[in-house]
Amino acid sequence: MFTRNLTFICAIGALAGPALAQDSPRTAAALPETLEETGERAPAEVPKSSAEDVGDIAPANNAYGVGSPASEEAIAAIDIDVMPDGRGLPDGSGTYGEGEELYEAICAACHGADLMGISQLGAPQLIGGRGTLATDAPVKTVESYWPYASTLFDYTHRAMPMTEPGSLTADEVYAISAYVLGRAGIIGTEPGTLLDAASMADIKMPNADGFVSDPRPDTGQ
Amino acid sequence: MSDNERFPATRYGPAERHMAESLVEIERQALVQDEEECECRDGMFNGLTRRGLLMGGVALGGSAIAGGRAQADAPPGAIEYDVQPDPTKEQGRLILDDGGYGSRSQFESEVRWRYPTASLDSSWSMTPLASGQGIMTPSGLHFERHHAGIPTIDPRSHELILHGMVDQPLRFTMDDLKRLPAVSKIHFIECSGNGLTEWAKPTLKTVQGTHGLTSTSEWTGVRLSTLLEIAGVQDGAAWILAEGADAAVMTRSVPIDKAMDDAIVAYAQNGEALRPEQGYPLRLLLPGYEGNTHIKWLRRLDVSDKPFMTREETSKYTDLMPDGSARQFSLEMDAKSVITFPSGAMKLPRAGFYEVTGIAWSGRGKIAKVEVSADGGATWQEATLDGPVLSKCHTRFRLPWTWTGEEAVLQSRAVDETGYVQPTLEQLVEVRGLKSVYHLNAIQSWHIAPGGEVTNVHA
Repeated sequence: MFTRNLTFICAIGALAGPALAQDSPRTAAALPETLEETGERAPAEVPKSSAEDVGDIAPANNAYGVGSPASEEAIAAIDIDVMPDGRGLPDGSGTYGEGEELYEAICAACHGADLMGISQLGAPQLIGGRGTLATDAPVKTVESYWPYASTLFDYTHRAMPMTEPGSLTADEVYAISAYVLGRAGIIGTEPGTLLDAASMADIKMPNADGFVSDPRPDTGQ
Repeated sequence: MSDNERFPATRYGPAERHMAESLVEIERQALVQDEEECECRDGMFNGLTRRGLLMGGVALGGSAIAGGRAQADAPPGAIEYDVQPDPTKEQGRLILDDGGYGSRSQFESEVRWRYPTASLDSSWSMTPLASGQGIMTPSGLHFERHHAGIPTIDPRSHELILHGMVDQPLRFTMDDLKRLPAVSKIHFIECSGNGLTEWAKPTLKTVQGTHGLTSTSEWTGVRLSTLLEIAGVQDGAAWILAEGADAAVMTRSVPIDKAMDDAIVAYAQNGEALRPEQGYPLRLLLPGYEGNTHIKWLRRLDVSDKPFMTREETSKYTDLMPDGSARQFSLEMDAKSVITFPSGAMKLPRAGFYEVTGIAWSGRGKIAKVEVSADGGATWQEATLDGPVLSKCHTRFRLPWTWTGEEAVLQSRAVDETGYVQPTLEQLVEVRGLKSVYHLNAIQSWHIAPGGEVTNVHA
């Protein structure tokens, strides 16, 4: 990717001449400039504060005149986390039926048409395994292990699918979540079964009470 | 300015001046090239900069100076030069022949080893501990764990946003962060999956395979507490979500006490900017915590009252116990040690003296003591620790040992300043069973056969 971009810039530069090449933003650092007379390399520029108004500089009160207020828009653009109580879930909705179609088109190639995963691809099994955690052959899936439905939404939204991470809309993620949770027997499987922010926060996962806080040190005394 | 003025004869001998003048000329040529050539060229030579090629060419052209490049099959990070028959009888190669950024000897070939996972994007590579010296890991050998590949991020457009339960949400450019008071601290990072193949039976053969997911660097950056104090943390805040800018948009929840204690938002490693695979331009450093929490490519910190229960702290990085319950937020790495010499897949050439050496570390503080056994734990001798012994940092231990040529089992056992004693595998399994993947910190055993072969065993 890197080399390809550079080659592209290079090709444009060669066609359009040096003027455009200079206008193109560098995607790699230039060597430090050389100082006149001695020929030494110039040190890096002193970093600039992004603060428009540095206010009263008072380091003792954590006032360094450094950094800027983050606007609500800037935060909203990347604030994608979702919490178990539903905080952070976006507007929108999706149904089991929509999710089935989306799953087959987007997810099945890696996670399998049966949602059982394809280990050769490193794609985990999504459903099944309920009741196995205390056995000698535990199967950890969304159904059997994941304590919160919010995590399914959050992770699918931020990182799936692997070939195009972060590309799914909120509606699509609701729909795919509805399909996976339906196939897991956690919500209904009628095509119209709908998930949105309110219904998602109400879901109790089978293993919701399966986690304990770290009791270590548990050895070494 | 003439070179006579620049390198006056009163201070420079003729040979020095000649070399200095050559370098000025080479630099001048290189700078002209810099302006004339398309800037993309640097990316096209794998491992060799244009500057390096140019200067190598000059060196080849000047027959009196050694340093010609032989065929390019040098190990990663090295440049292969013709070996001089007698380096005392001709000049060595020119300074800056490496372009101004050094390379290692062509005779050194240690590399990270990738654990063969199904996906190249989600994989890990391990530090070659067997050849490591002291406590520092060279940046290029620091272990890696990526969940969605290594992003290429322009630091000029990278920002850290701090928001949530704070009085003033803030954004910091990389320049902003570098303006703030900084600290440099030497700490290990260990993936909690280090040793995951070794629970049930000895599996991997070398110490790189069994223990190579731990590395130590000096990290420089801003204390997270500094940023939080600027923003003003509100009452009730208990957790912070840290989020990366990779394709996994990796997230972990961090207790606010840890954030206020010794967490660092780090932009430098071992005296230079972070390596890309270590989170360039910015990563979180949580000394002593499991590696996954040290979020790389850090872009966002969200202060909250509760943990976020992300995938990496529920589905992954939790430990399933025999009763079917799972331990969560097992953040501090327990004390651990391993002998790196001699270690698995080595062969001792003959009986005689060897210095047994290895590393010990604890996520709860300093290493207090390391003991070594050559008889599988029946008897122990205290090793010496190379100082200074630092908190939450690799500590090098050493013990002189004379191998009689008979069968032996070498082990090391660390004790940290809390009094915690590194357990045996048997003790760990007794408490945790065999269903947990992470946090294996048991005593490692290396079997020495009468023929000198060293193998990974459970003893």
